Amino acid sequence: MVRIENLTKNFGQVKAVKSISFELKDGEIVGFLGANGAGKSTTLKMITGYISPTAGNVHVDGMNIIDDHLEIQKQIGYLPELNPLYTEMKVYDYLRFHAETRGIKDGEFTQALSKVVKDCGLQGIVHRTIGNCSKGYKQRLGLAAAMIHNPKILILDEPVSGLDPNQIVEIRRLIKKVGKEKLVLMSSHILQEIQATVDRIIIIHNGEIVADGTSDELIADSQGLTHLKLEIDGGEEDAIQEMKATIPSITIQSISRNDDSMDILIEYPNTADPRKDIFRYAVDHGWSILEMSASKRDLESIFRNLTQDGVITDA
Amino acid sequence: MRSIIIIFKKELHSFFASPMAYIFLVVFALVNGYFFTNTFFLYDQSDMRALFSIVPLVYLFFIPAVSMGVISREKGLGTIEILATLPIRDLDLVLGKYLAVFTLILVGLLTSSIHYITLTFVGTNIDHGAIFSGYLGLALMGGVYAAIGIFSSSLTDNQVVAFIIGIAIVMVFFLMDQLLVFVPSSMAGIVQYLSTGFHLSNISRGVIDTRNLIYFLSMISFFLFLTTHNVESRKWS
Repeated sequence: MVRIENLTKNFGQVKAVKSISFELKDGEIVGFLGANGAGKSTTLKMITGYISPTAGNVHVDGMNIIDDHLEIQKQIGYLPELNPLYTEMKVYDYLRFHAETRGIKDGEFTQALSKVVKDCGLQGIVHRTIGNCSKGYKQRLGLAAAMIHNPKILILDEPVSGLDPNQIVEIRRLIKKVGKEKLVLMSSHILQEIQATVDRIIIIHNGEIVADGTSDELIADSQGLTHLKLEIDGGEEDAIQEMKATIPSITIQSISRNDDSMDILIEYPNTADPRKDIFRYAVDHGWSILEMSASKRDLESIFRNLTQDGVITDA
Repeated sequence: MRSIIIIFKKELHSFFASPMAYIFLVVFALVNGYFFTNTFFLYDQSDMRALFSIVPLVYLFFIPAVSMGVISREKGLGTIEILATLPIRDLDLVLGKYLAVFTLILVGLLTSSIHYITLTFVGTNIDHGAIFSGYLGLALMGGVYAAIGIFSSSLTDNQVVAFIIGIAIVMVFFLMDQLLVFVPSSMAGIVQYLSTGFHLSNISRGVIDTRNLIYFLSMISFFLFLTTHNVESRKWS
């Protein structure tokens, strides 16, 4: 289990990460979501021991990153952002180098190598020079290197950035596969990517955690609004406006007249569904309802709301 | 220790995977060979003083060139993040890289042993002790310059900048005893003691004095300490 406790990082006057705390459980795939510059990479770098926190700490199984960083680093596999590699090395030599630094002996290396080569689909390029591999292969090699020692914790910083859609699907499948037995913490600024891969989402904005939960929980907790599109035949604008007095939970956003019908956009809180009342109101006034469709706010609008300074959007 | 060896092997491998090491060794051997043999028969003496006076000059440019990318390239490529998050101490990382550069310098020095072999065939009354101590001095001087080179490499992510800083620092220690006339007499002793040339000339005479050994080892330790500090400084920047 990983426990992040009041983790803070200042770069001079800039407060990159502001006292964040959260816990990660074994076997969880957690997405760390935030706009560019939100503090995702800085947090991951502190967890991996690359940089030290200004304040706070990272605890892994009773150890902490300040006093026991070497022990913690043994348990972590890390794929940094932009996946830096030694392009002059061969794939085999690179994986062997990683294995050696992890204390994997010669006999065990063959086994570890064949496992990561199979898992990451590196067959056929093991003896190729890294510089000659495609971007997709390089990304998979970065993952393989992070996994060669079968770590308990896998930290992936933007693992799919710059890949084509097919490669993204492959990497996503791989992360889901390894996530069954490891704790995976992956960062991304692409919402769809996180939503498709992880069990739990942590949204970070301006160095602070603004949301934490499964995507369903985030939607439920967002106190979001539902949009209702209503098309009626026979209504007059004044009567429609009066509906608000009868059904107080709704807000009428817009009314527009079509050739022989009225289009109405209504907004109401997720907690109070007024559709039955609207139906009765329409019947009482002799309107015919041609269409009534509700759309809940999705994660994207929640993300935009949470990560846009002072701007509330309900896209 | 195991980590130092792993980094040492990786570094040496990367030297020889590129033309860098081969160019260094060939040019180093050719330049030394040219200047040594040029005057060898003119002087008509069975010693290697000509070689021992030219190698420090060649070092001035070659060692900063060999060591310029050792850390700056890792910083530039971002691979330092890989290395620093492996379970390896920063000191071991620096020592492994330093030993690889030092080994390359020793191999370079070894190429000049051909002149020693020639000398044993054509020379008379050869002072083998002085030649051995001369080589020891050159190796130690190379060790100091390599430490300076790596230190310079740790200051920047640009190899060219690292090379220029390396040459500048090496030049200061090289020129110190040449410029003693410009130094106030009260400071002359200290400046002379700090110069690498002063200690090399002592050792090259055939006297292995612990003061000279301590100087070289202290300089190496000092610059490696600074390098490690620079590598670690990423944590608090």
